[in-house]
Amino acid sequence: MWKFIVRRIIIMFPQLVLLSMIVFILAQLMPGDVTSSLAMDPNVSPEQQEQIREDLGLNEPWHTQYLNWVGSVVQGDFGHSFTHSVPVSDLIWHRMVNSIWLGVAALIFVYMLALPLGLISGRWNDTIADRLITGYTYIGFAAPLFIFALVMLFIFGFQLGWFPTGGSVDPGLTGWDFFTSKVYHLLLPALSLALIGTVTTVQYLRSEVIETKQKEFISTARAKGVPEPKVYTNHIFRNSLLPIAAVFGYEVTTLIGGSIFVEQIFSYPGMGQLFLESIQVRDFPVVTAIVMLFGVAAILGALLSDIIMSIVDPRIRIK
Amino acid sequence: MSDRSLLEIDNVQTSFRVGDSYYAAVDGVSLNVERNEVLAIVGESGSGKSALAFSIMGLHNSHKTKIEGSIRLNGKDVNHLSTSELNKVRGKDMGMIFQEPLTALNPLKTIKDQITEALDLHTNFSAKQQNERALHLLNEVGIPRADKVMNQYPHELSGGMRQRVVIAIAISCDPSLLIADEPTTALDATIQSQILDLLNELKEEKDSGIILITHDLGVVAEMADRVAVMYAGQVVELADVMSLFKQPKHPYTRSLLSSVPSTQDEKDMLHVIQGVVPSLPKMPRTGCRFKARIPWMADDTHEENPELREVADGHYVRCTCYKHFYFPEEEAEKDVAAHRE
Repeated sequence: MWKFIVRRIIIMFPQLVLLSMIVFILAQLMPGDVTSSLAMDPNVSPEQQEQIREDLGLNEPWHTQYLNWVGSVVQGDFGHSFTHSVPVSDLIWHRMVNSIWLGVAALIFVYMLALPLGLISGRWNDTIADRLITGYTYIGFAAPLFIFALVMLFIFGFQLGWFPTGGSVDPGLTGWDFFTSKVYHLLLPALSLALIGTVTTVQYLRSEVIETKQKEFISTARAKGVPEPKVYTNHIFRNSLLPIAAVFGYEVTTLIGGSIFVEQIFSYPGMGQLFLESIQVRDFPVVTAIVMLFGVAAILGALLSDIIMSIVDPRIRIK
Repeated sequence: MSDRSLLEIDNVQTSFRVGDSYYAAVDGVSLNVERNEVLAIVGESGSGKSALAFSIMGLHNSHKTKIEGSIRLNGKDVNHLSTSELNKVRGKDMGMIFQEPLTALNPLKTIKDQITEALDLHTNFSAKQQNERALHLLNEVGIPRADKVMNQYPHELSGGMRQRVVIAIAISCDPSLLIADEPTTALDATIQSQILDLLNELKEEKDSGIILITHDLGVVAEMADRVAVMYAGQVVELADVMSLFKQPKHPYTRSLLSSVPSTQDEKDMLHVIQGVVPSLPKMPRTGCRFKARIPWMADDTHEENPELREVADGHYVRCTCYKHFYFPEEEAEKDVAAHRE
C-alpha cells in the first residue's frame, strides 16, 4: 500500500508543474495589469506608469517572468499584493484558514446528507422514500447555487434571523466563545453549499447500491443464510461506497468552485471572496496565487481519494 | 417414499412479475432427490432450470416473484418459511454453487472471512475453531497452500481456485442438499473434470444429494444418476441416466442428444434445433410446448393437455408426440435410399 501511495505522490509533481504553467498563462492572457487602474489617476504620468512596469518586472519576456514567479512560489513567496501593499502570503493566510473551515464543514454536511439518503433510496428503491429523495436530488441539480444561497440567506438570515448574515466571527471573542462563534457563522454558508453539492453523491450512491444488489456474490451471501440487514451492511454497502471514495476529489473541486459564490453572497471573508475582489482590481499576484492554491487543493483532493481507495479496495494495493 | 428421500418438490410454479401480470418460468415441476444421488437438470437457456434452483434456495426477489407448491427438504416445507426461518436452513442444510466463480465472491473480503461467515451463523464454533474448519475445508476442496489462501482476496486466485472456494463455502456446514448451478460452465476442461470429481467425492463422503444444473450433456453422462430434461418451465422427460442416453423418448431430449458434436462422423452436419425457447410472456400455456420447434410433426400426434406419464420403470415422458417423432434429415435419407432401390 505504501508503494502505491509513494508512486501516486510522485505522479503529483508533473501535475503541479502543468498547473503552474496553466495558471501563469491564464494570468498573462487577462487584459490589463496593475498599472491600468493608475492610468485613471491624473497625478501619474505615462512615463511614471512605464517606470512602475519596469520596476515590477512586467516588461521581461514571459518565460523569465514565469521562472521568477515559480522560483518564489516554491519558497512560499507569492509576491506583493499591488493594492494591499502586503505580501500575498500574509493576505491569503487568514482567508485560507477561513476557507478551509468552510470547506471542511461543507464536506462534513455533504457526507452526512449523502450517506443516509443514498443508502436509503438505494436499498428501498422505487418506494415513496426513494421517490422523495430522488425528487430532492433533481431539485438540487436544477437549482443554481448562487440563487439557492441567496434564498437561504434571505429566509434564515434576514426573515427568521436564526443565523448571522455576514462575516466569519463576532469581534472581540477568545477561546471557546471564539470557536462557537466561528461555527455559528459557518453553518448557513456550509449548509447551502452542502445541500446543493450533495445531490451528485446521493444519486451516485443510490445507483451503486442498486447495482451491487444484483451482483452474484449477494446471492452467495443469501445462500449462506446471512440475514437481510447484514447482507446490506456487510456486503452491499461497503462495495457501494468504493466509487464514492473515488469521487471524493471531485467533490472537493466542486466545493471550491461553489465556495467562491457562497463566500461572496454571505460576505464570508475567505479566499473565494478575496479572489473576486482581486480580479476586479486586477491584483494579479493575488489572483494567480489563489488559482494556484485552488488547483493544488483539487490535486490533493484527488490524491486523498486515491489513498482512501487503496485502503478500502484490496484490488488496488500493490504488494 | 423411501427413507432415503431428501428433497421433494411438488407441483412448483415460479412466476415472475412483468408489468402487472405474473408469468410462470417454472410451471408445475415435481421432482425428488435422494441422499447420495445426483439429479441432473438439463435444458436450454430459458428453460427454467436456474429459476427452479433459485426457488429451492429462496433466492428470488420476493416482490417480483411468486412461488407456489411445496418444496420439502428433510420433510420441512422451505417454500413457506419466513426469511429468518429460511436463513437457518440455507447455508446449513442446503448449499449452492454458482455459475460464475469470478463474481460469486465478495471482492472486498478475504477468503477466510467469506467461509467463516457461514460457520458463524450456523455453528457454535469459537473464532479459532472457525479458522481451523475453514482451513480444513480449503484443504478438502484441494486448494494448495490453504493457509496462505485464507488471507487472500478473490482477485488473487484463478477461476478454478475461486470455484473451489465457492464450493468450500457451500459445503461448510455439511449440507444434506447441494445445488450446483452450472458449476463448470465458466471453467476450462481440465479444471472442469477436477471440480466434477470433487463434487462426486463430497457426495460419497457426506451422503448428500446434489442437484446439478447444466446444459452440458457430457457432464450429465459423467455425474448424474437421474436426469430431468426441462423445456419451457416443464419437465418433459425424467429417467435414469442410462435409459435417457440409450432410449431417449421426448423429441426435445432426442434433439438435444443429436446436437452434441460427434467425433465419429465428422462430415455430418451438426444438428440444430430450430427456433428458440419462447420468451416468458409468449410461452404457450396449453398444448405441447415443444410443438412450434418440430413443425413437421402432424398436429394430431400431440396431446391436447400433455402430461408426464411413466412409459417404463422410472422413465417419464410428457406428451404423446414422442411415439411418432422422427428427424426430417432421417426422412430425407430414407427417401433417397428408397429412390435408389
